Amino acid sequence: MLGINDPGIYLGYLFSILGLIACIVYGILNWNKGRETDIEEIQKDLEWESKDELTKGEI
Amino acid sequence: MNTFVLGLVVVIYLLAIAFLGYRGYKQTKSAKDYLLAGRDIHPFVMAMSYGATFISTSAIIGFGGIAGVYGMGLIWLTALNIIVGVFIAFIFFGRVTRKMGHNLDAHTFPEFLGNRFQSKKIQIISGAVIFISMPLYAAVVLIGGARFIESIFEIDFSLALTFFSIIIAAYVIAGGLKGVMYTDALQGSIMFLSLFFLLIVTYVKLGGVSAAHEALTNMVNLVPESLTSKGHEGWTVFPKMNSAWWWALTTNIILGVGIGVLAQPQLVVRFMTVKSNRELNRAVLIGGIFIFVATGFVFTVGALTNLYFYNESGQLAIQVAKGNVDLIIPEYISAAMPEWFVYLFMLALLSAGMSTLSSQFHTMGTSLGRDFIENVFPNKKIDSMMISKIGIIVAILISIIIGYKLPGSIIARGTAIFFGICAATFLPVYFGALYWKRVTKTAALWSILTGLIASVFSLGFMHVKESEPLGICQAIFGKPTLASEFPWMIVDPILIAMPISIVVLIVVSLATQKTSDEHLAACYKGIK
Repeated sequence: MLGINDPGIYLGYLFSILGLIACIVYGILNWNKGRETDIEEIQKDLEWESKDELTKGEI
Repeated sequence: MNTFVLGLVVVIYLLAIAFLGYRGYKQTKSAKDYLLAGRDIHPFVMAMSYGATFISTSAIIGFGGIAGVYGMGLIWLTALNIIVGVFIAFIFFGRVTRKMGHNLDAHTFPEFLGNRFQSKKIQIISGAVIFISMPLYAAVVLIGGARFIESIFEIDFSLALTFFSIIIAAYVIAGGLKGVMYTDALQGSIMFLSLFFLLIVTYVKLGGVSAAHEALTNMVNLVPESLTSKGHEGWTVFPKMNSAWWWALTTNIILGVGIGVLAQPQLVVRFMTVKSNRELNRAVLIGGIFIFVATGFVFTVGALTNLYFYNESGQLAIQVAKGNVDLIIPEYISAAMPEWFVYLFMLALLSAGMSTLSSQFHTMGTSLGRDFIENVFPNKKIDSMMISKIGIIVAILISIIIGYKLPGSIIARGTAIFFGICAATFLPVYFGALYWKRVTKTAALWSILTGLIASVFSLGFMHVKESEPLGICQAIFGKPTLASEFPWMIVDPILIAMPISIVVLIVVSLATQKTSDEHLAACYKGIK
């Protein structure tokens, strides 16, 4: 295959390319999925902000 | 090479780094910003930062050179890096880590483990393990970068080391993780472009993909006797089963580095820098492409350098490099590539070193400050950001001292030592924290400790590549390794230490009291 005869090598390339395709397909299919809408998560973020206020002023 | 042009290119590059570091500094207002980049990092920046941190100069020069000697078998490392290091890491580890880390108010990897198992001891020990073992890994990259600057600019090594350390220290200390990740994104982009171009030009020069591979396959009779005895059967053939090189490739490089990536604290923390799983989903696509090019392309070019050099001078790559594996890729770049590309490649190597180092310094600093000191002195009101900054300065100084004082033979094994310790110490417990509710606090602690002890023992007394330069086994037992039978002296420590750590985690978990349902509910809130 493309000048490489050893399956030990071309399977390595094949798995690399399949892994790459899997990453691309997954990324495209889920491009807009998983956005955080959980109100509690946003609440938690605000809590963090207020806790972090304590450590401000040191930069 | 024109020194003026090189100087100009580097100055422009450093100005861009300074600008991004300053941007990170201006946007850093709180501990969340400093330790977790504000949790609102763009997926492109996250993915490039993950990749650029993962791929250091030694991955390009070192592994590229190894491919130059042993051939394309290293492509399996690329396959594992994409499948395990990106696909599995982001989707199965990253998404849960992000959500759980948020539920647990975790700002660092040790804090994540400590809060998950309600144990300050786990946080302190994990922070200490990282702070103690990581400087050796950082020293490898630091010394490599300084040597590179020394040779390119023809300046004194100490000056190169000081210059290199101060630049990185400036933007890591001032800009925190935002400064680190913004600069990583630029550095990752430079690495991506140069390696992409490198492979394309190589194939063009060698007459196309199939023609180049066929010609390299036909060079099988030129493999030196010293390499055939180790299992080398050609540059387009996987090493002979059960040979020394087969064991080294399958266990050390492919499994050690390929699996070890899952438990790297400086990479895990990046999952917690994004706002939602949507960003991680997008980062999978970008990270996958980056790793494919950054590793697969250079490994392929590494093997093909033999064909180029043989066509040009009748010599193999390792002969042109005068036996120094690390010189194969640089020799090839200067011989085969156009001059402007040589400058770009210099920047790519500088970028690879700086992006890895900046993350190492940041992780070591936060491990010492946030995870260790803040918890060892719980009654003192300590500012997280300030103590992390002090931690970073201490980490940089220790890395420099290690680089200066320890023999080169030990420094050269720094990456393997760190990866080995991290995988055995953290991977079982990290996986358990995410996916097995039955894991208990006691089991997590014992798994960490046994993984640590087993990996240190394996590195110090079994695996000859580390035990010999470390010299402890020689001093106590009068021989470089306690492993007398093949292949135990060359089997990666991860394969010995990690199973022990897994068994301890399971057995102790089943024998100790379950974690409370309330705490588990808090950990897994919103995780499907």
